Amino acid sequence: MSKVRNKNARGSVSAGRRALGQGLMIAAGVGLAAVVLMQALHAGGIIPVGFSNWRPTLYAYLLWAVAIGAGQVLMRGEAGQRALFLLPAVMFTVALVIFPTLFGLYIAFSDWNLSAFEEHHFNGLDNIRFLLKDEYFWNALGNMVWYMLSVFFQYGIAFGLALLLNAEIRARKFFRVVFLLPFMLSPVAVSWMIGKSLMDYRFGPAAKLARLLGWESPAFFTAPWIARLSIMAMDAWVSIPFIMILLLAGLQALPKEVLEAAKVDGASIWQSFTQMTFPLMLPVSVTAIVLRMIFQLKLADIVINVTAGGPGGATDTVSSFIYREYRDRSNVGYGTMLAEVYLIMIIIFMTGLMSVANRWVQKYTTES
Amino acid sequence: MTTNSAARRREHGHTGFHRTKHAVGRFVIYSLLLFWTFVSLFPVYWTISTSFKTAVNVTQGHLLPWVHFEPDWKGWRSLGLSPDTIFSTSTVREEFLKRFGNSIMTSLGAASLAVVLGSLAAYGLSRFQYKFGWMRNKDISFFFVSQLILPPVVVALPFLVLYKELALLDSRLGLILVYALTVMPIVIWIMRDQFNTIPRELDEAALVDGCTSWRAFTSIMLPIALPGMVAAFILACVLCWNEYFFAALLTSTDAKTLPVMVASQTGSQGISWWSMAALATAAIAPLTLVGIFLESYIVKGLTAGSVK
Repeated sequence: MSKVRNKNARGSVSAGRRALGQGLMIAAGVGLAAVVLMQALHAGGIIPVGFSNWRPTLYAYLLWAVAIGAGQVLMRGEAGQRALFLLPAVMFTVALVIFPTLFGLYIAFSDWNLSAFEEHHFNGLDNIRFLLKDEYFWNALGNMVWYMLSVFFQYGIAFGLALLLNAEIRARKFFRVVFLLPFMLSPVAVSWMIGKSLMDYRFGPAAKLARLLGWESPAFFTAPWIARLSIMAMDAWVSIPFIMILLLAGLQALPKEVLEAAKVDGASIWQSFTQMTFPLMLPVSVTAIVLRMIFQLKLADIVINVTAGGPGGATDTVSSFIYREYRDRSNVGYGTMLAEVYLIMIIIFMTGLMSVANRWVQKYTTES
Repeated sequence: MTTNSAARRREHGHTGFHRTKHAVGRFVIYSLLLFWTFVSLFPVYWTISTSFKTAVNVTQGHLLPWVHFEPDWKGWRSLGLSPDTIFSTSTVREEFLKRFGNSIMTSLGAASLAVVLGSLAAYGLSRFQYKFGWMRNKDISFFFVSQLILPPVVVALPFLVLYKELALLDSRLGLILVYALTVMPIVIWIMRDQFNTIPRELDEAALVDGCTSWRAFTSIMLPIALPGMVAAFILACVLCWNEYFFAALLTSTDAKTLPVMVASQTGSQGISWWSMAALATAAIAPLTLVGIFLESYIVKGLTAGSVK
């Protein structure tokens, strides 16, 4: 499978050993194919012998994977041993990703509904046609734009916090642990802690504070924009520590001499920040923002548990919308089509974002 | 900021103005730090204190125990975890402990699996040149790390169907496999960085001495890379412990994890905040402890590979 091209890695392997390895791999392949074929025929109702479920094929795959690994070592000696470092992870990922992706494509082009009595069948481009007219999906996608933009806001606060933690302060470790804490908490628990109780209209302290400040009816989740901002605030509370930690590590890795030199030259704090610190932090910033955006595209837990997308879809993310399509409407075929389209959009967006970011960083760092 | 003004004070000599400026600067820094400490801790404090409130204290919005309200075990009693109920039987507690156990088993299981498979792959990718069809090391690494952008919704449903056929639905093993898949890119990302920082001469010397590559890995690399592996393991555990999406779709009765239990209670509990607060407290307690005592490992895991 994988060849190691390294001269001293090519150990001497006897012909008998090589034949043994080859035999083992072929036997395992035939065995796996036989189990799969038999189970497929059994599931199709063609032959009576077979297992009650597909679990045995999983074991057959495991055995096959072990046999392939052993075969590699037998056939190629040291080179095979080296391949053995990579093989388990590859086989694990391929088995768990390739199948669901391909199978997902099949589901996406069907009218599969788990609560329907009829069998599901292929319905061509119907799902896509429906998707193009589905206002809720486009609405959720539009919300995602706002959620993505909120990452920059999180980045701003996180940068401020990182600068604070990087200043000469006492009890730095204490503040670092406390600031990191929200990142550790489960978004589902946070949904209740903040969304359902702290921001509760009647008894929540946040509502009390808002009343004190003169907001007559502090309902955080009834007006569309306020609801969206509330969700963003909660999401920021959980996510800011992540960006902050990356930026703090970046600040600590900055060359001290350069910053000292700027001070000696009499640069003000603001000047040394905009002309030295910020440009030097650009690569770390881009990494942090890109990583954070990748996670932001999956945002769902808080929305599902606090607003379920409401009011009127104002807080919906694509993930939470598809989740409800599965959970509440059992609309498997259509939901999967939405997910696949979303994946394609993500891939295009991320590819574009990364190439723009790379070019930008390169330009900026070579100029200065 | 501080060294800046200190340096200038030394240079110019007229200290009075700069000393006040310095003091103002310190004041601003510490105020901001304390403000954010409040922002970070208040929701946690609110949850813990609410778990000791009775209905009156909730509706009146009392804040400080012993000052505004008398702490009560009500919330913990409803979970079966208060001092007077801890030794009697409680179905809620049994349910809670089962979910808690599921969360622990799936997090530890998935993190172990991902760290073992991911570390091996990361070591191979950092040391040897592979060729797999048209794919070289760079492409293989990209293949692994690119899994990170795959949103759970895309694979969730096919997994549902696949697991039904494999009889893995609503089982811990099924969750462990999915979770290992989702954290594997992060583990490989961290571990590749770790192995790249270890000098090649170390394992090359072992190979020259006639060790096989596996021998060199287990006896030389493993001890050096252990702190990195621990960091990856802890970060993976945190992510798995908090995972909700897959758990909500792929489990129903047996393998339900703690986040699913918390989520299902939020809707049904209504105003009985004390029991919800107790449940939320119990759900975040383990990770709060991890955050306090293993903070350096989490920081190490988060920053590996992204800060050069």
